[in-house]
Amino acid sequence: MKIAVLSGKGGTGKTMVSVNLATAAQRAVYLDCDVEEPNGHLYFKPENLTEEPVNVKIPKIDHEACTGCRQCVDFCKFNALAYINKKIMVFDDVCHSCGGCAIVCPEGAISEWDKTIGMLLSGTSESVEVHSGFLKPGQASGVPIIKEVLAKAPGEGTLTLIDCPPGSACVVMESIKDADYCLMVAEPTLFGAHNLAMVYELVRLFGKPHGVVLNKCLEGAPNPSETFCIEQGIPVLGEIPFDLELGAINSNGEILVRAQAYFAALFSELLLKVKEAAARETAPDSQR
Amino acid sequence: MKIAIPVDENHAGTAVCASLARAPYYLIMDTVSNEMTFIENTAADSQGGAGVKAAQLIADQKIEALLTPRCGQNAAEVLTAAKMEIYKTEYPSAKENLIAFSSGLLAALNEFHAGFHGHGGH
Amino acid sequence: MKQLLILSGKGGTGKTTVAGAFVALSKAKAFSDCDVDAPNLHLILQHSDEQPVLTPYFGLDKAVIDTDTCIDCDLCRESCRFDAIENLMEKGGYVVDPFACEGCSVCEAVCPVGAIKMQPAVAGELKLYKEGAVFSTAQLKMGSGTSGKLVSEVKKQLKQEVQLLPEVVDLAIIDGSPGIGCPVIASISGVDLVLIVAEPSVSGVSDMKRIIETARQFQTEVVVCVNKYDTNRGQTREIEKLCEELQLPFAGVIPFDGMVVEATNQGQSVVAFPCSSGKAIKEVYAKVMKLLFEGVPKQASKFHNIPVVD
Repeated sequence: MKIAVLSGKGGTGKTMVSVNLATAAQRAVYLDCDVEEPNGHLYFKPENLTEEPVNVKIPKIDHEACTGCRQCVDFCKFNALAYINKKIMVFDDVCHSCGGCAIVCPEGAISEWDKTIGMLLSGTSESVEVHSGFLKPGQASGVPIIKEVLAKAPGEGTLTLIDCPPGSACVVMESIKDADYCLMVAEPTLFGAHNLAMVYELVRLFGKPHGVVLNKCLEGAPNPSETFCIEQGIPVLGEIPFDLELGAINSNGEILVRAQAYFAALFSELLLKVKEAAARETAPDSQR
Repeated sequence: MKIAIPVDENHAGTAVCASLARAPYYLIMDTVSNEMTFIENTAADSQGGAGVKAAQLIADQKIEALLTPRCGQNAAEVLTAAKMEIYKTEYPSAKENLIAFSSGLLAALNEFHAGFHGHGGH
Repeated sequence: MKQLLILSGKGGTGKTTVAGAFVALSKAKAFSDCDVDAPNLHLILQHSDEQPVLTPYFGLDKAVIDTDTCIDCDLCRESCRFDAIENLMEKGGYVVDPFACEGCSVCEAVCPVGAIKMQPAVAGELKLYKEGAVFSTAQLKMGSGTSGKLVSEVKKQLKQEVQLLPEVVDLAIIDGSPGIGCPVIASISGVDLVLIVAEPSVSGVSDMKRIIETARQFQTEVVVCVNKYDTNRGQTREIEKLCEELQLPFAGVIPFDGMVVEATNQGQSVVAFPCSSGKAIKEVYAKVMKLLFEGVPKQASKFHNIPVVD
């Protein structure tokens, strides 16, 4: 069962929720797909670490075979090639690794090499298997790294939490593509509700079963995100109160479920509700 | 020699454009014939790699000196390979910079900023 | 015109709250929201019911397959490195997933019968508000590539409109996007000063370091402030220490304040109300404006050469 935790807005509590749900389970796998700003490992502090580079293919030119026809330069939609002083120059950072230049070269002068754009860090933290993707600063796209992180998802049986990047751009789409259920985290502000609406559109476009957990809730105060859920008929699976102690523990990089029994109970209950909702909505013949 | 400057408009009184790769036009001055021409920058609309494409465009014009307020790393790599000299503009208008350049008053541009790949990806 | 860019690395630190406050305090005549994925600044600006000028933004062309011409040779699907082509019976044959398509046109090149053409695809919308002040922003279409180009268009739109104004505009405030990728990099180009709004948490500090490293690659001046500082004084001290080590100017701290949520939910900036965060933001504002208009002191510029401690 793969549960993607996402929110339209950053800082709503995606990582806090996904880290703690993974910890509350008997056994779980945690996948950090926010490869630009991965944070899950800061909480888990995983052990038995293994590191794998994530590579993309970059063209390599055989300058002897090159006749300077410039077909590769003209073909490249990303402007990753230039022809100066009778030599082809390749710009790695702009290359999208589509392999097109090698295909169009009439002389077969282009081959490919592997360039490392980031890495995948894997380890364990008690009952949780942790996989985090890291994009090297300055690199264009984190999508290849997200693909590697998601490839670590185990088979059917194990509960998998996917910590998604914020927003609703292509990196988020990539992260939720294979999820069975989407849990949206929302905070009770105008910004939060506005961005919840955006990510809700994305989740519906992908036809994913979904629900919301309201975070940082203030007793008695109006909650624009809750109002949105009610209006749209989105199931609210739980409410996490705004709590200074929770904030202090979390901001110190500690896992709430391991810090206090009260939080362990809170997240166990939320986990139960999420598993029930997911099981209910993901019928055996449901489409992706 | 031929000199190029990234500019906002295609007439002699134009201001220098703040961006090299996404300038709408390049002013080209031929110091031998004293002719001033303008070419449209087809790289301006690129999703990504605008610096590479713009530099290729400028190099293909057989430019020997480029006067620009800034230049990205990718463009700089292409221009350096093309053996082009790059100078930093000091004045808002293209004309003023041409005059300064011909008097030897412009300094070489040595700092190249990292690229900002505006790729649209998916 | 001096350009101030507000970044954070991590989302939810208070970038937009601070940006909105700065706009209100400076009565800036030019500002933009470069968080094109999830723009929020307009929600706390006093913009009446003005209908913005909308301009469609085209991303890369995307591949489209003409199933009538297609001979089912499967070459396109095989050659696509992005898994964007599938043979789906219910769709009548080979189709391109526009969300996965990166616009490389390899499929168009390998198709033996010319059944694939690259076609323009709308990837977002630029919005320009002109009443009172110039406000430039955009909304990226859901699922589109996080584009630096759209951010560049937002900044260009702002600049072009400002040039049309009769009066001289001396300050532009730019609300940036979270992360360290393309949109952030695109927003940094050409700005005079970057204000990092940091959050005192382990995640916040980690993300702040990554954004500082990104800004450094552009040799742009950086100043830091800490928001919600009293939620973790220990982490706040860590940030202050880091700024000292890297010789980054420090603009101050802002306390956590429930008034921020209230003000925001009313569509107002927090500085419109007498409160602790409003007062603190005003002090940060004064310091940042001084740095922006008078320049960052020389010794502070040394940070360019100091490696980021990790």
